[in-house]
Amino acid sequence: MSPELEIVLIAVVTAVAAALPGAYLVLRRTALVSDAISHAILPGIVVAFFFTRDLNSPLLLLAAAATGVLTVVLIEALIRSRLVPEDASIGLVFPALFSIGVILISRYAGGVHLDTDSVLLGELAFAPFDRLTMGGVDLGPRALWTMGAILLLNLVVISLVWKELKLATVDSSLAALLGFSPALIHYSLMTLVSITAVGAFDAVGSILVVALMIAPPATAYLVVDRFAPMMWLGALVAAVSAVLGYGVAFLFDVSIAGSMAAACGVLFSFAFWFAPRRGLLAQGRRRAAQRLDLGVRMLVVHLLHHQDTEAAPEECSLPRLHRHLKWSTGRTQQVVREAQQRLLLERSGELLRATDAGRRLAEAAIIGEFSILNS
Amino acid sequence: MDFFGDYTLRLVALGSAVLGATSGALGSFAYLRRQSLLGDAVSHAALPGIALAFLFTGSKAPLVLMVGAGLAGWIGTLVVRAVVGRSRVPFDSALGIVLSVFFGLGLVLLTYIQKRPSAAQAGLDSFLFGQAASLLRRDVVTMTVLATAVLVVLVMLWKEFKLLSFDPDFASSLGLPIRRLDGLLTLLLVVAIVIGLQTVGVVLMSAMIVAPAAAARQWSRRLAPMVFLAAMIGVFSGVTGSVMSSTVPRLPTGPTIVLVLSAVVVVSLMLAPRRGLVWRFLRLGRLLRAPDLDPVLMHLFALSLQHPGDPDHGHSIAVLRTMSPGGADVGAALEGLADRGLARATGDGLWAPTAIGRREAERVLEREVES
Repeated sequence: MSPELEIVLIAVVTAVAAALPGAYLVLRRTALVSDAISHAILPGIVVAFFFTRDLNSPLLLLAAAATGVLTVVLIEALIRSRLVPEDASIGLVFPALFSIGVILISRYAGGVHLDTDSVLLGELAFAPFDRLTMGGVDLGPRALWTMGAILLLNLVVISLVWKELKLATVDSSLAALLGFSPALIHYSLMTLVSITAVGAFDAVGSILVVALMIAPPATAYLVVDRFAPMMWLGALVAAVSAVLGYGVAFLFDVSIAGSMAAACGVLFSFAFWFAPRRGLLAQGRRRAAQRLDLGVRMLVVHLLHHQDTEAAPEECSLPRLHRHLKWSTGRTQQVVREAQQRLLLERSGELLRATDAGRRLAEAAIIGEFSILNS
Repeated sequence: MDFFGDYTLRLVALGSAVLGATSGALGSFAYLRRQSLLGDAVSHAALPGIALAFLFTGSKAPLVLMVGAGLAGWIGTLVVRAVVGRSRVPFDSALGIVLSVFFGLGLVLLTYIQKRPSAAQAGLDSFLFGQAASLLRRDVVTMTVLATAVLVVLVMLWKEFKLLSFDPDFASSLGLPIRRLDGLLTLLLVVAIVIGLQTVGVVLMSAMIVAPAAAARQWSRRLAPMVFLAAMIGVFSGVTGSVMSSTVPRLPTGPTIVLVLSAVVVVSLMLAPRRGLVWRFLRLGRLLRAPDLDPVLMHLFALSLQHPGDPDHGHSIAVLRTMSPGGADVGAALEGLADRGLARATGDGLWAPTAIGRREAERVLEREVES
């Protein structure tokens, strides 16, 4: 495999592995725990490194994952003390832990390959150089194996406790009542998030962990309503962001992690604007249709009120209509055209007149208003 | 170290004091309005602004970079507001998306700038973790001017902001322009963050917003003392941290300030009068060791009322747990009740009140009604 292909593969595997637990974080409104964990695992990595002196030791992963869980424990303890609100608890714990990690690195780890920039920003470009060999045989980049294993772990755990996780996410009180410990489920999920963050952090840096865990599932959340499709679509969006981000980074020779995060943002804004039903455009179209419909109803009520009276030539005449309804001429034309198309009014010269269908609609509209007023 | 003789050190201390005061004061409002983590998003979102300002102007003048950072941070808050207002994506996810995507964009731009032949970018990197030692006179002057402006506006609109933070509905009923005030307060927060970016760095600036406020809140129940104290804590931590980092080699400024701040927070959580954990522990120690039996007995009694003809009907401990507040040891309480002959186990994990237990519960109920 060429190094470029290997990088793309690592990026895609990492993205999918992160997006799976991310779907729960988005729905459980604990998205920023990913931010906290991905920063706070740093001191765990550093301290474990001091003991093992080996950046590839699996002990590093374990220590970091443990620090991630410890972060969650600390945050929960702060929240439960009721001295600090929830959001501030997150904001207090992870900067402190991250600071310890950064200071340890810059004071005592000078000269080794463990610097703050690569921790924060990731060095995906160098990932293919760190290879896993067994008995002299090259098995491929180490990061690919690590992230592959983490992806597999996530898939296995999520499919094993699929129902429980879903229930605890959607209705935690019901889950507790049925005997599933919310704490156990919460911490299992957080362990998964921690392990994923550690693996991804090594490959792509801590900020991209946040981007990959939150943005793709949130994008999917804008498009689909059911949980399983949201998860798969989120994984797909993450993979596409990874490929797209790498392509741009390759073309312009810029940070791969940064460019992948930006790609996540691009896909999210695309869904934000164009998602069917929930996108801004769909919302706008729906609002316009409702506005038009309201206009049609007002128009037929107005016509019904005045037609067959002496004032009809004034009130129901097309050129004067907009003044009586206090509409712009453009809106008046639009509404009249719509009402005509729906056969709610008929036109003789300048004069408009509600048809029988129009009369029925106007009566229904008035009754509707009354029932709202009386309720 | 000769503090009063060393020009650089005085400059660094002054700059950090200014940033500590503004972020402490504005952070208090963010903290009370449950927007602590907005600071995290804003500070990360500022990075592409810094890079773009440099790309367009080629200048590293503090005002230019700060305007760029401020604009990007402000846009970040607008995006968060739009996403939360116009879609069903929750607030925290919106913050996470803005902070990571903007930061990623900033990285892309920074690496792009580095690759350019004219590479005069040196110094932009210090915006990641902050470098107090790199503060120049012009930086500190700019910071001070901005900080003064922010604090003057805060004092002038004090009553309005106070009302907005505690009771926005009432404020709106008084005819205050809520949306504009909200936007202005957010803008002030953005400026306060921008002031600190060069010293503390984008990654940890959010702690400057949350931590002084969280510490000050422990000591005061009133807004004015809290804001003042938070500003003082910000000044203290900023000065201590940045002076330490300027005098000790290889001690990055942002993390050092954050650790000093965290120490202040821990002390405050422990020792604050009445609320502090130490006092709480001393006061509640005895109570905590003995589980509170009454609530569990009352729940059991309430459940048994659902089965009037069947006094032996067992009720699941899981149900009792969901009725009790989290953290209560329902199992221990049931054992305690059993010891006193007020409840008994009727099966695996099933409990019922005894006749004595039901009388005791009725007695408690009467006492409650009387009081």
